[in-house]
Amino acid sequence: MSDITKQTLSELVNNIKKKKLSSSEVTKAFVDRSEKSKELNTYITEDFSNALDKAKKFDANPNLDLKLPGIPMAVKDLFCTANLRTTAGSKILNNFEPTYESTVTQNIWNEGAILIGKLNCDEFAMGSSNETSFFGNVQNPIDKNLVPGGSSGGSSSAVAAQLTPITIGTDTGGSIRQPASFTGTVGLKPTYGSCSRYGIVAFASSLDQAGPMAQNVKDCALLQEVISSYDQKDSTSIDFKRNQYSKELTKNIKGKKIGIPKEYRVDGMPKEVDDLWQKGIEYAKDCGAEIIDISLPHTNYALPTYYIVAPAEASSNLARYDGVKYGFRADGENLIDMYEKTRSEGFGAEVQRRIMIGTYVLSSGYYDAYYLKAQKVRKLIKNDFDEAYKKVDAILTPSTPSSAFKIGEKTNDPVSMYLNDIFTVPVNLAGLPGISIPAGHDSKGYPLGLQIIGKVFDEQNILNIAYAMEEKINFKNKISDWWIK
Amino acid sequence: MSKEKSEYLINRNDNQYEVVIGLEVHAQVLSQSKLFSTSATKFGAEPNTQVSLVDAAFPGMLPVINEFCVKQAIKTGIGLKAKINKRSVFDRKNYFYADLPQGYQISQFKDPIVGEGKVILDMPEGQKEVGIERLHLEQDAGKSIHDLDPKNTFVDLNRSGVALMEIVSKPDLRSPEEVNAYIKKLRSIMRYLGTCDGNMQEGSLRADVNVSVRKKGTKDFGTRCEIKNVNSIKFMQMAIEYEANRQVDLIEDGQSVDQETRLFDTKKNETRSMRSKEDAHDYRYFPDPDLLPLEVSDEFIDQLQSEIPELPDEKKKRFIDQFKLTPYEANIMVSDIETSNYFEDVVKKSDVKLATNWIIGELFAALNEKNLEITGSPISAGNLSKLINLIKDGTISGKIAKTVFEQMMEGDKDPKKIVEEKGLKQESDPKALEALIDKVIDNNRDKATEYKSGKVKLFGFFVGQVMKVSGGKANPQLVNEILKKKL
Repeated sequence: MSDITKQTLSELVNNIKKKKLSSSEVTKAFVDRSEKSKELNTYITEDFSNALDKAKKFDANPNLDLKLPGIPMAVKDLFCTANLRTTAGSKILNNFEPTYESTVTQNIWNEGAILIGKLNCDEFAMGSSNETSFFGNVQNPIDKNLVPGGSSGGSSSAVAAQLTPITIGTDTGGSIRQPASFTGTVGLKPTYGSCSRYGIVAFASSLDQAGPMAQNVKDCALLQEVISSYDQKDSTSIDFKRNQYSKELTKNIKGKKIGIPKEYRVDGMPKEVDDLWQKGIEYAKDCGAEIIDISLPHTNYALPTYYIVAPAEASSNLARYDGVKYGFRADGENLIDMYEKTRSEGFGAEVQRRIMIGTYVLSSGYYDAYYLKAQKVRKLIKNDFDEAYKKVDAILTPSTPSSAFKIGEKTNDPVSMYLNDIFTVPVNLAGLPGISIPAGHDSKGYPLGLQIIGKVFDEQNILNIAYAMEEKINFKNKISDWWIK
Repeated sequence: MSKEKSEYLINRNDNQYEVVIGLEVHAQVLSQSKLFSTSATKFGAEPNTQVSLVDAAFPGMLPVINEFCVKQAIKTGIGLKAKINKRSVFDRKNYFYADLPQGYQISQFKDPIVGEGKVILDMPEGQKEVGIERLHLEQDAGKSIHDLDPKNTFVDLNRSGVALMEIVSKPDLRSPEEVNAYIKKLRSIMRYLGTCDGNMQEGSLRADVNVSVRKKGTKDFGTRCEIKNVNSIKFMQMAIEYEANRQVDLIEDGQSVDQETRLFDTKKNETRSMRSKEDAHDYRYFPDPDLLPLEVSDEFIDQLQSEIPELPDEKKKRFIDQFKLTPYEANIMVSDIETSNYFEDVVKKSDVKLATNWIIGELFAALNEKNLEITGSPISAGNLSKLINLIKDGTISGKIAKTVFEQMMEGDKDPKKIVEEKGLKQESDPKALEALIDKVIDNNRDKATEYKSGKVKLFGFFVGQVMKVSGGKANPQLVNEILKKKL
């Protein structure tokens, strides 16, 4: 089979289970395509030869009852992988090799998948374009010099370019859904507490959540089924009854009530995005859903709230990178000097900016005005959703206020960059699940996504809605393999 | 125990100052593993051998609360007659230091696990109540070792993440004596509860001491200084005396006391400034997002309440009621759990009055001389009660008992065996004693005549002679009786 990398995850799993393909063939196909795709700069660390060895071992004694039998997979470099460098896209962890495995990746390997490498991301997941990575920009396979979104930009690029059949990212304020939207792929941010944070380099602990990124909803559901588990090693992990998301997946969403929040019609949003949203509403109706206008009155405050809460937690979470125990260390005259030099040289500009913001909002005299107030607003935002969910089963919004932009276009304007997260951030603040699915193209031919937001623990419902709409939308990604010479 | 008042006043010129003291005691929770990780907590292990990935703050590592430590804190709260907060919150206290791997200490700031309580002190002039402001759980930091190398500092993370209870008193203490009594009482309560071993040498109990002074009779508190991390009662007392006098000198000199953190130099016996209020850290406390608020149910607290043993105050009352001890004796017996257990073991099988005297008198003196704790006593409670029974039933005299006791201190030997082996049994056979006495009278005919002629003082001489000839073993009471008849 010559077009192995064009197959969906479900097709690959099927073909391996039916012994039409071996793990080695599949792994080699993705490794080969990855080798030819260096220009995209998706990988921070490749593990190709190990992957091929593991595939051979799998084929020698294949366990075909597993959910991901011998499937190669690259993962965002925010997940700690035992004995393979984990950088979080930062110089400060450039040479860090964990001795331990994150729970989410362990769940994946337990189902038979094989690690092929670690994918580029914004430094400590702080960014919306993958431009803050110490390891350089990632190209969006949609077009040259286009950002793939962020922070899971390496992940979105790799899935869209078919360098990995599927992948995982992390989403703190939109870091799975926005890059999915920018690359014409599917990305799910699960309910906070659904996927363990153990072994994931922390950005903002109360918001961080791992999730699947895929070419289609069915693949996404399968991976969610694998990675979501209750984990005692994470005190915020929640012990709820998890669905068999892929098995229970259905296109029958007749009678589902879908809310359209008026506050998401923001000033300056391109008409193309608004049009897409309207189309999405029509698709949902076509699928038998009932459309209901709703209000989420505190939406306007979500972004400022996020940019207080997330940097506050980050400023403390990143204190451990001090040059004392592991990672990069700069020489200093004394302890303080060593700290200052290590952190000045080890962290990039955006990370330093957020550490400073976070330190400021937690400082005595400012705590009440910023951090405490932000926590109160966060509660109000959550209440908005709770109120809305008395009337509807899910909420439909655009994923982002625009399509992908050019590399360098927004690097000098952090606020405009932050505005990218305007539709995704409220979902993290409220701890809800949200999925972005590709829904069309803008005039430049760049993909645009729609977001479906669910109730807590209601991943199955938004996956079903996404699955039904996906069929109606019938999106085809326009990727020309321009980077392959 | 000194009967003088424990009042501590400083006189300068015509002014009289009292000292106001509050303590923040850091008590290490007695637990096999750390507050948020499963690493061991054994004292004295090789450096960095009890460190998990969580303790060393590796990327992606998360804290998970150790339920046992929570139980220990609640038990301690119950022991301090304190309010147990059913909902408490862990906060991060942010600061950089080489032995603080996370760059923050997980502590409890706004919502501690234990609220207000009290401790009763038995002072010479009577009982005194000291208020407890709060008790909260927090992680210990690692240890920086500066003196192993001229240029480098070494860090031992064995202690990193070990659970501490910070017990904050109200500013109710007024003298170094009261501080002494307070620390001892706190230690005693926690040892009764098994929640802290109270070992100050090993750093299981340390304190920050807040000291201020004010003119006697005034209501407002003076400006306080905090003396950091003092690890013995003696040093606490010395530091308080130095600091109180320093502050009085400043005030008398027309200057003011600056609020600051000070260190106690044990070699020079003085406190010196560590950092001023302006230089104080901004710890940027905020709730730790890796941990949910800690919620405990009434049933959980009730269960722990039912596991609380009899505590010193209650035990003292019982000892007075049940054994008719004086308050003074009872205080000594309940001062620590081991002593009270020893005492109860001894009196199970022997006379209370004798037991009390022997424990407070001979045993404590002997242990003191050998620098031993009651737990290290060479004489078991069982053997001490045997010794007391030998006295009580007249087998040996009190005087011989002291000889036997000395031999028992050399190793836990059965006193009956010592008495047998050394032939120390008291001679109580009237016939044998009569023979002995006859001999003594025979040998001292002239004195016997003098006695009979009215020199009754000589009776003592005869008793002495009889005892001497018997090697001290003659039953003194019988000797008296028979001598009276014979003479």
